[in-house]
Amino acid sequence: MSSEKVIHVTDSDFDTIVMKSSIPVLVDFWAAWCGPCRAIAPVIDMLADEYDGKAKICKMNVDENPSTPGKFGIRAIPTMIIFKDGKVMDQITGAVGKAAIDTALNRVI
Amino acid sequence: MDNTQLVIVGSGPAGMAAALYASRARIKTLLLERISPGGQMLLTHWVDNYLGFPDGIMAYELVEKMTAHAKRFGIDEMNGEVVSLVRVKDGIRMELADGNSMLTRAVIIATGANPKRLNVPGEQELTGKGVSYCATCDGPFYRDQTVAVVGGGDTAVEEAMFLTKFARKVYLIHRRDRLRAVALLQEKALSEPKIEPIWNTVVESVNGVNAVESLSLLNRVTGERSELPVSGVFVFVGLAPNTSFLPAEVKMDEQGFILTDEWMKTSVSGILAAGDCRAKPLRQIITAVGDGATAAFAVSHMLTTE
Repeated sequence: MSSEKVIHVTDSDFDTIVMKSSIPVLVDFWAAWCGPCRAIAPVIDMLADEYDGKAKICKMNVDENPSTPGKFGIRAIPTMIIFKDGKVMDQITGAVGKAAIDTALNRVI
Repeated sequence: MDNTQLVIVGSGPAGMAAALYASRARIKTLLLERISPGGQMLLTHWVDNYLGFPDGIMAYELVEKMTAHAKRFGIDEMNGEVVSLVRVKDGIRMELADGNSMLTRAVIIATGANPKRLNVPGEQELTGKGVSYCATCDGPFYRDQTVAVVGGGDTAVEEAMFLTKFARKVYLIHRRDRLRAVALLQEKALSEPKIEPIWNTVVESVNGVNAVESLSLLNRVTGERSELPVSGVFVFVGLAPNTSFLPAEVKMDEQGFILTDEWMKTSVSGILAAGDCRAKPLRQIITAVGDGATAAFAVSHMLTTE
């Protein structure tokens, strides 16, 4: 049931897709070996469908992309960072329910 | 879902076992889950002590197998979080966080527990920046670094062993002079060259600006204070039950674990409890599963004799 609207970002296109985005962006930093990351994957998919056009919902695999997580000091996953106009607006660490992410997103939209 | 007979709150191993047994008893069952199935199994990498898997099994694979098995005989599932629950004339009425409410004949509370915090300065501020409660999630960020594990039980020792895959050195900080973990794990940990135990010691604060840099330690026997440079600290000092949403009529112990009889019945008729949220001597997947099966059997018994 994974959503086609989730954007998979990498170290090389992070700047273009996230930092220079005209709308707010949520990036979910994840890895295959992380149980809680798998647990929230369906929530991320739901968000991508619901916020289509209002915010970009992205995922970044921290194994394949070491530079961006390092830049943002990420040492725990899942971590979700909400960006707006190239700035970090909010950061959520750990598997949380959809309501908590909705609240954070709606603060910046 | 007006004819729901049983709502199971939480889909860790206790909730899933209850769902399996309830569906086979043809009880109209709803399995309610806050985020996604698995409970604390999601926080560990590998399971070596669940019977039937002699070579051990990846925790996530076990979650997937249990989820498929729990659903096999037909149950309803829903995402939601219970905020309150009250005994009424015809059963139990529950209010959910999204504003919905439901009425059911019986409820099995299988909400589990969460890792306890140390409750020391710096811990909250540095969570996700070096303070972790999940070695399998965060361990790989500490390749060739020095980390500390706090605790002395099975989880602490198991996770310390897991962290030796990545870290250069793992300090195991325990407030007593010997581990509480099961003998086999103690033998493994104490013979692992990367693990160095620090006995009789508690953490007084976690220090660092944007990332963990050190821990302030106190030796409880000598009274000596010291500073330990580490780039990560993993906390496994026991569990706090997820039971704060329950009414006062549901009797609990002083830590908030639910008291039940051997049928998993609580002090309130129609409310049962199973798994780690229950007051019990051993919190493991294997005991959670037993609790879940017993609770579902008790509900079946209750519905047919009422």
